[in-house]
Amino acid sequence: MSELRNYHAAVWDEPLVMELSAPGRRGNVPPSPIAELDPAGALPAGVLRQAAPALPEVAEPDVLRHFLHLSQETMGMVGISLFGTCTMKYNPRVGEQLSGRDGMAELHPEQDDSTLQGLLEAVHRFDLMLRGLSGMDRFVFQPGGGAAAAYTHAAVTRAYFAERGELGQRREIVTTAQAHPCNPATASAAGFDVITLPVEEDGYASLDALKAVLSDRTAALMINNPDDMGIYNPHIKEWVDAVHEVGGLCFYDHANFNGVMGRLRARELGFDACMFMLHKTFGVAKGGGGPAVGAYGCSEELAAFLPGPLIEATEDGYVRRENPSGVGRVREYLGNVNQVVKAFGWLTSMGADGIREAADISVLANNYMEKRLLELKGVTKAFPQMTKRRLEMTRFSLEEFTAETGVTAVDVQNRMGDFGIDAFWLSHEPWIVPEPFTPEAGETWSLEDIDYWIDVLAHVLEEGRTDPELVRTAPHQQVVGQLDGSSLDDPEKWATTWRAHRRKSSAQ
Amino acid sequence: MPNSAADTKATMLAAVGVADVDELFEQIPDDHLARDSNGLAPGVRSEATVRRLVRGLIDRNEDCVANVSFLGAGLWQHHVPAVVDEIVTRSEFLTPVWGTTSSDFGRNQAWFEYASMLGELLAMDFVGLPVYSWGSAAGNAIRMAARLTGRGEVVVPASISPERLSVIRTYCGLVGGNDPISVRLVDFDPATGTVDVAALGLGPDTAAVYVETPNHLGVVETAVAEISAAARANGTETVIGVDPISLGLLAAPGDLGADVVVGSTQPLGVHLHAGGGVGGFIATRDEERYAREYPTLQVSLAETTRGERAFGMTLFHQSSYGSREDGNDWTGNSVYLWTVANAVYMSLLGPQGFAELGRTILANARYAAGRVAELDGVTVRWPDGFFKEFVVDFSGTGRTVAEINAGLRTHHVFGGKDLSTDFPDLGQSALYCVTELHTADDIDALVTALKEVLA
Repeated sequence: MSELRNYHAAVWDEPLVMELSAPGRRGNVPPSPIAELDPAGALPAGVLRQAAPALPEVAEPDVLRHFLHLSQETMGMVGISLFGTCTMKYNPRVGEQLSGRDGMAELHPEQDDSTLQGLLEAVHRFDLMLRGLSGMDRFVFQPGGGAAAAYTHAAVTRAYFAERGELGQRREIVTTAQAHPCNPATASAAGFDVITLPVEEDGYASLDALKAVLSDRTAALMINNPDDMGIYNPHIKEWVDAVHEVGGLCFYDHANFNGVMGRLRARELGFDACMFMLHKTFGVAKGGGGPAVGAYGCSEELAAFLPGPLIEATEDGYVRRENPSGVGRVREYLGNVNQVVKAFGWLTSMGADGIREAADISVLANNYMEKRLLELKGVTKAFPQMTKRRLEMTRFSLEEFTAETGVTAVDVQNRMGDFGIDAFWLSHEPWIVPEPFTPEAGETWSLEDIDYWIDVLAHVLEEGRTDPELVRTAPHQQVVGQLDGSSLDDPEKWATTWRAHRRKSSAQ
Repeated sequence: MPNSAADTKATMLAAVGVADVDELFEQIPDDHLARDSNGLAPGVRSEATVRRLVRGLIDRNEDCVANVSFLGAGLWQHHVPAVVDEIVTRSEFLTPVWGTTSSDFGRNQAWFEYASMLGELLAMDFVGLPVYSWGSAAGNAIRMAARLTGRGEVVVPASISPERLSVIRTYCGLVGGNDPISVRLVDFDPATGTVDVAALGLGPDTAAVYVETPNHLGVVETAVAEISAAARANGTETVIGVDPISLGLLAAPGDLGADVVVGSTQPLGVHLHAGGGVGGFIATRDEERYAREYPTLQVSLAETTRGERAFGMTLFHQSSYGSREDGNDWTGNSVYLWTVANAVYMSLLGPQGFAELGRTILANARYAAGRVAELDGVTVRWPDGFFKEFVVDFSGTGRTVAEINAGLRTHHVFGGKDLSTDFPDLGQSALYCVTELHTADDIDALVTALKEVLA
């Protein structure tokens, strides 16, 4: 085991920006008007604001320093983040630099197509690249994240059956307990009933269970494969065939594409549609949760139902056209095309060989991690009876360790933060295994970082045995200590704004 | 890729105990593996080469800096202070995903400050983290209202943006599916561009009225308080859409009786990005009835076990992360990085900045409208009722907006959005947007170009 870092997070004890206010200070001065105009004479009194908003009054240098302090109190990928299911990978800064140029940042989507040729070409070329990777016939980038792409599929499914006059009958969307929550949630929000199949002993739902729920009421299957336990359902072709036999559509949530990039193509497996996350798999920054892109691709048959506008290459250049039979919009405009351009740059630099190698490294790194982690006492693997090698991540459990020490996976997660390691992924709700954790190394993190991560875990587990209180009360070297969550769901105490907090605290 | 080095790979392979990485893919049946080539070219390892390629595409675009743009219609070019760009490109804010409440502390504080300052602008106490866009926020808010009232209709003035309406329709669902919401469009007054209570025709199944101010055609609605009162009497939720940059000048929606407020976060320090800058907010009074219907995540002020100030997610369980299909709609990655931009922007402007900005925008837009209206055959509709966007009617010139805008482009001017297809009753009209960024020279350039194009 290597020597662990003597780490401590930056602590600025930073006030809220509202608390930095001093009367008369200015951070930014708008231009003077071209010609003075008294608003009171220009608009009816009833629509004008009477009292100024209680915003802080802070000078520019202090605003800068305030937010720099907050940035330093945020670990992000400055630390080590092996956050499974989200494929935390390096985001080339050249993409950020390029997307800040006026030719990207200062474009308006209502501009004429003739003025957007470079952008439309980049988006179209990236569409072609994703078609190659998936076998699908067309992609759209309007969904602002993976969940929005799942919603797009639910909306496309709705339009598809409405056009056939079957929407009143096709009420059910089938998914599994290991599918991301966005699949059942978006299906329900789009007006479908949800059937969730349980995970069985091999780590995935059974074909028999699927067949038992399929009928002429089935609208679609929405499923990920591999899932975020690194387990691949080897019967997926039979699943797709079974759904097609009853007339349903199949959607492939490719959130966990990183381990199979270049090896699997959704269309060849029979899927009608799929989704890629440009903000995780394709090198675009997560940004703490967007702006993101759920690239939604589908077959020619479903393309008629895609939201518009669609980009076409013509002899006169690239044009946007509406899709009259489509679902309209799931969001305004073409999508987060600034992120699409970054992903285009990333995929160009990776190429066919690069993504294949990245997938290989992801799976190799995970198996390396698994080997070392399972040597640690108290660490077990979910679904051990499924003995085949996991792909780019593995779901582990600290159940035995917790039984021995009373220290939970969340406690361990908190304590690892004291060594410069950001939270590991536990599991989506509901937990299928007790005290879960799911690291994912991907292709970004070096062997040394992976070893350090494991060394820290080993150290924390040992602390849990010798001094459980130290781990239970962690973190100790972080920006602040452990959250007391007891007030969060209390209407008398929760406060999503400072004004609400002041009102509630003065009332007490 | 640090582990692509041959020695590192060999170390890992040896530790795992396989000779070839292919052995690790034993879960995947052979007949599942890709048959056809994916057609990708070999990778380009040099940053310089990739940069040159992508920059070449980007720089082929005609942008709204090299050209004078009058495009708006829901996405508006405002000044983005340098400090905003400096902060949102920090690695710490670019790269977090979902750490602990300690490791994400600074980001969560920035999110709380965003919600707090937006709450001040709106005069609303409960603000969620943003959703994908203004249209998404409106769709979510209408669905909140439908759940709250058990009713199935939303009333929307026909002045609404077709782009946003299309998103709302998607969120409202289709007949045949579960719980569809019908969207009933009502006429606006052609004399004023506004709606009044009588026009709405509130009925027993009306879950929500959705009114924007300023509306899509630029006009500030004058009857929001009366509409809110009538809606309340009818058991209907009032959802108001606003442009937050107007709120140093215009009345806060919370003071006009709104139940739910939505709008775009983009004007608050986010570049256009050809539409990639959009984001939407949802805000209400801090009442349990509303709070428990939010589909978003929300950051709340809290304390650590040691009594330090901390931030945590409130009402997490009602999100789709907590309750899958039993949660409120769904949530996922959103536009959270822009939340940091919004927080920096509002901090920089402060009350004085927003007040001055509102006055400058109003004055500049009215000035531009007045200059344009002097041209032969050109009229400005509702010249006394708008904030920063106004409808210019070119019907009297005998030219179409499409022809005029094509002509303007040759003068490096992007004319206003063509309304002639979506709003045929307005004739050959265009929606012009003028902000604090426009100068007297810009307006001169527009007027000069228009004269030549119309000659």
